[in-house]
Amino acid sequence: MNRHRDTAPAAEAVDHGRRRFLATGSLTVSFALVPGAAALAQRQTEDAAPTAAAGAARLPGNLSSTPLLDSWIRIDADGAITVYTGKAELGTGIRTAFIQIAAEELQVAPAAISLVTADTGLTPNEGYTAGSHSTADSGTAILNAAAQVRELLLASAAQKLGLEAGALEIRDGGVIAAPDGRTLDFGQAVEGLDLHRNAQPASRLVDPRRHKVIGTPMPRVDIPAKVAGGASYVQDMRLPGMLHARAVRAPSYGARLVSVDAASVEKLPGVVKVVRDGSYLAVAAEDEWQAIRAMRALTASAVWEETAVLPTPDTIYDTLLKLPAREIHVGERHGPADPAARTLHARFTKPYLAHGSIGPSCAVAHMEEGKLTVWTHAQGVFPLRGGLAEMLGMKPADIRCIHVPGAGCYGHNAADDVAADAALIARAVPGRPVRVQWMREQEHNCEPYGPAMITDVKASLDASGRVVDWQYEIWSNSHNQRIDNAGRLMPSNYLSTPFTPAPPKPIPMPEGGGDRNSLPLYNFANFNVQHHFLPDMPIRVSAHRGLGAFMNVFSIESFMDELAEAAGADPVEFRLRHLDDPRARDVIELTAKEFGWDPRRRRAPNRGVGFSFAQYKNLMSYMAIAVELEVVPETGDVHIERVVASVDTGQIVNPDGVRNQIEGGIIQSASWALYEQVRYDETRIRTYDWSTYPIMRFSDVPLKIDVHLIDRPGAPFLGAGEAAQGPTPAAIGNAIADATGRRLRDLPLAPRLRESYEA
Amino acid sequence: MSSKKKIAWTAAAVVIAGAIAACTYAWQPAIAPLAQAPAASDDRALLAMGARLAELGDCMHCHTGKSGKPYAGGAPLATPFGTIYATNITPDVETGIGGWTLEAFARALRKGVSRDGHLLYPAFPYPHFTRMSDEDIAALYAYLMARTPVHAPAVPNELVFPLNFRPLVAGWNLLFLDEGPLPPPAQQQSDAWLRGRYLAEGPGHCASCHTPMNALGAEKRGEPYAGGLIDGWDVPPLNALNQARKPWTVDQLSAYLRTGVASEHSAASGPMRPVAHHLGNAPESDVRAIATYLLSLSPAAPAQPAAPASAPAADTQILKPGKALFDASCAGCHAAAAPMRTLGERPALELGSTLNTDSPRNAIQMVLNGNPWAGSSAAHYMPPFGSVLTDRQIVDVLAYARAAYAQRPAWNDLPAAVAAIRKENSK
Amino acid sequence: MVTLTVNGVKHDLDIDPSMPLLYALRNHLQLNGAKYGCGLGQCGACTVIIDGKPVFSCLTPVSSVGSRPVRTVEGLGTPQQPSPLQQAFIDKQAAQCGYCIAGMIMRAQALLDERPGATEAEIREHMQPNLCRCGTHMRIVSAIVAASQALPKRQADNDAPALAGASRQENQA
Repeated sequence: MNRHRDTAPAAEAVDHGRRRFLATGSLTVSFALVPGAAALAQRQTEDAAPTAAAGAARLPGNLSSTPLLDSWIRIDADGAITVYTGKAELGTGIRTAFIQIAAEELQVAPAAISLVTADTGLTPNEGYTAGSHSTADSGTAILNAAAQVRELLLASAAQKLGLEAGALEIRDGGVIAAPDGRTLDFGQAVEGLDLHRNAQPASRLVDPRRHKVIGTPMPRVDIPAKVAGGASYVQDMRLPGMLHARAVRAPSYGARLVSVDAASVEKLPGVVKVVRDGSYLAVAAEDEWQAIRAMRALTASAVWEETAVLPTPDTIYDTLLKLPAREIHVGERHGPADPAARTLHARFTKPYLAHGSIGPSCAVAHMEEGKLTVWTHAQGVFPLRGGLAEMLGMKPADIRCIHVPGAGCYGHNAADDVAADAALIARAVPGRPVRVQWMREQEHNCEPYGPAMITDVKASLDASGRVVDWQYEIWSNSHNQRIDNAGRLMPSNYLSTPFTPAPPKPIPMPEGGGDRNSLPLYNFANFNVQHHFLPDMPIRVSAHRGLGAFMNVFSIESFMDELAEAAGADPVEFRLRHLDDPRARDVIELTAKEFGWDPRRRRAPNRGVGFSFAQYKNLMSYMAIAVELEVVPETGDVHIERVVASVDTGQIVNPDGVRNQIEGGIIQSASWALYEQVRYDETRIRTYDWSTYPIMRFSDVPLKIDVHLIDRPGAPFLGAGEAAQGPTPAAIGNAIADATGRRLRDLPLAPRLRESYEA
Repeated sequence: MSSKKKIAWTAAAVVIAGAIAACTYAWQPAIAPLAQAPAASDDRALLAMGARLAELGDCMHCHTGKSGKPYAGGAPLATPFGTIYATNITPDVETGIGGWTLEAFARALRKGVSRDGHLLYPAFPYPHFTRMSDEDIAALYAYLMARTPVHAPAVPNELVFPLNFRPLVAGWNLLFLDEGPLPPPAQQQSDAWLRGRYLAEGPGHCASCHTPMNALGAEKRGEPYAGGLIDGWDVPPLNALNQARKPWTVDQLSAYLRTGVASEHSAASGPMRPVAHHLGNAPESDVRAIATYLLSLSPAAPAQPAAPASAPAADTQILKPGKALFDASCAGCHAAAAPMRTLGERPALELGSTLNTDSPRNAIQMVLNGNPWAGSSAAHYMPPFGSVLTDRQIVDVLAYARAAYAQRPAWNDLPAAVAAIRKENSK
Repeated sequence: MVTLTVNGVKHDLDIDPSMPLLYALRNHLQLNGAKYGCGLGQCGACTVIIDGKPVFSCLTPVSSVGSRPVRTVEGLGTPQQPSPLQQAFIDKQAAQCGYCIAGMIMRAQALLDERPGATEAEIREHMQPNLCRCGTHMRIVSAIVAASQALPKRQADNDAPALAGASRQENQA
């Protein structure tokens, strides 16, 4: 029987005993079971997973914050296996990858695993599914938990059979077999075995050389439903008695709703309620089209008092440079070096970027007898619950947030906001589930964007062409305005008693926000990196896939090419000259080889090649990429002919899944770099649809992309979701420089490509 | 007159004129070809001027075909006399103009004569380019010679006999080619007006589309800028710009020409769209000059006061089906409170010429075709409804829109027009 | 009362005639394939086939459909028994978040019905109205190419339904 669940609309009832332990019990129990373990310093990452439980610090992955084995794995009396993860399937394929991991270590078929994803009622709190942490932190926890559960099952079975555990083996179908032919299934083996115990620091993992499932391109379990109209998304949920709702958004930040004709809209067919609370306005109806018509009618009569003053777009970077900054010294190195023979300087700029999810955000909420259930595609169900509790004046224990996949979010988009809408409207119509769907224009216009940034780099070469000094500065707003409090939920800002967003906090290194990937991986003798963190946010911003890595790697890798040219060196050789990390060198050499990178190539008119490399956060996956493209000077059109990339993500769980992520990341970040910028003027955000925020279409997709994988069996998982977004834009920028002789440092690139003879 | 008869009369007239001209004008001498294309100029100012003129002249649009390689030719131009394919004007020696001297190039622009002496069809608007100065022609020449040569042989024309006999064009030239620069204006004019006239009458060749054509395919002499019909679209007259719902101003017309949208009018669509795209690459001062000149073509005082824009009032029973269609298909963008209007600041339906003119042709084309994407770049996109709505439904929704927004007398030939235009498009 | 013929089955629906087909399919026929992506005819997530042509169901009023047959991805096949095109998408793992995929499949299906054996260039051009944000384009094209190459080429044009209109681009809806 196929036990996969593609969506989890409250199929499992909440186990209150379990929840209690998840929330509070683990600390007490773990201290007793793991004596003497030192507490680790608080680990702060973008995904804000809870800190290590005292005494559990040395456990692998997120076992450190959720050490109980039965938080992760449950074996029922009938042998059914359920694996719990606090991470969510955002469309990257981790549902399948985690099934592979669990299946491998439990030594059962993947079809035997039921995976339950982020649910405040059922799963560990693993913070946000973000920052490429899923496989690294949750996958690692599952890997180890499953291995340890397997060993416990074998020990339990051995005891029942009166044998040594080493004499038993697990055969296909989850059968524990003794040499004399006796067997026990998992259900029988788990009887009397209490998995409610802490994990151990070390696990007996399956030898990677004997992997049967990890490392195989197992087809994703959720794709068949997605190609045939199965109910796969929160948008597909249909609950009995469900109402359809729409919010009416302010035309600009902080606008006040002066008046609206709610009375006549309430009389429209099917309209159940118009919700107005201060400047917060929404409508619920029996039918979705009725809700849309009602929304349009409310919008037409609404009168707003607008006060937003947005920066002048033409001078946004000057504006940002002048904002007050909190200085963050990211890092430095000092060492002996030959004297500087040449010094180069460059400044780069990046505009605000939208997430651009194809499916605008959606949530379903149901308030019943003082308890609220929210089905949401938000990246963090636990922080969301906290924010909703504060906004509604409810206890978190009375709110359950269940992750159901939405469209790809690529960071902090409107998913949390729409959950707040659903909660507010559900509160107004208790007893009836409410489905709120944001409109395209609302998603584009009101969501938080990836911040505009400026980077400035100055570096010196010695006479032999080595970089001897590197000074790098970043100006950026926060890349993380996630749900630290109710005020971070935008709808709450418009209530008659509004909530105020908590002040922005930079994400410390080694993860970083605007300074993510700002430390050069290269072995420069001297460097200094300074982050001018700008707390004032004239335009709403938050995490956008890769955070600062996109801009920092674009800047660093573009400038590396400029330095290489000044040194008279080949760009690939120049990078190798400054890299010691063998895994970095491996991806660079593999890409150059597979691409056919030729330092002596003849430059053809209007055609160019470009190279780039990065290790995500200097901690995670390595990727090198080479691009060949053509620029049409008269039109500025770019045709990307071919792309070759090599990636090292540590131990690969699903090679096809990694390839899919890298190909996708290449195309996505190529689109960011070439075409994208949020439009606005001094009064309103003007991006509201795909014509005002065009992204790459089929006409401009590269003709060929080849991704080569370097597998490191047994090595830690490094995550693949954001590996491509850093290096791709620089490879494109470098290829454009090669094709046109012009170095472009201001994103987006395409509007600046049309040849101009003006002085 | 049926098109067959029209062609017969045309053929007869041209044969007669051609016979008169044959001896003296039909055969022009060849100019010796260059062995290789001249080296690309490094005079950036000259190249900048040439690039500017190429954008003002919209050369790339006609001279670029499906391959997408700029100026390599191959694009079809439908004329009442058959299809003509634009030539390769990249500096490829064998298939382009790489072997042309400046003298040959200038002769083509001024007289419509190719390097080897054969006559060019006036689908290439040399009666306008003849107005260009020597300096400008030289700049354009330098710019084209600096393009990437593309080997792309010419596509043979498909013209109706006897019009495929080029020497007949000599007769046409006798009748309709007024060679050389424009005469000085009748009265004193501003620099902007003069520049605008030079650009509009010369490289811009606006009248080629915006003046009705006579039976011989020439601009009707007595009706300059009185409008036309190109590629199935009505080309609006430019001599009545003050009769728009809101009279055109220099600012509005400049914005329209440079960005493709005027906030008090509408978006450039159909054949005008690429023109606006290229004018957007020209200096703003040039475009303002063109706007200044074009506005002067309309009489001083408005013929009628502008009707005030008002909310749709039509909800009578007859228009109900159209309203339902409009609510589903159109209102999401075109309603007054729709985001396209409030956030996008795109023009209101009631202001544009499309719904306000006597002919429903352009409205029908917009509904059938929309305004397509231009690759991955920003565009004033409108989806097409040709596959969504039946003829009857297009009639209904346009009848509703006309009543609700234009507040003009109903189009009384809508069903026939929709069917005819759909049939035209499918050919 | 509006009558719609969807995937070969006739339905009488008591719905507002101005309702776009997308909402009738999703909310009144419980079909999940066609998705709301923009409601503006710009992204193609709502693409279905009406009378052989790919259209934006978000902008198609139910009152305009009439007796023209509507096909959605559910009509091609099921997760357990996918159609050849759907199977190609599964084989190529041509999905990341998957939200755009049903629309992609329907737009591609309309092309393959009209032009079996369509080339990769034709496929890329045909798919232009549909957006993918995850960057799954290479696999989408690869799946359609695979399905295209597996189809028997039609002998004559007369037994293939023609897409009305001069060029494919003009009629992409």
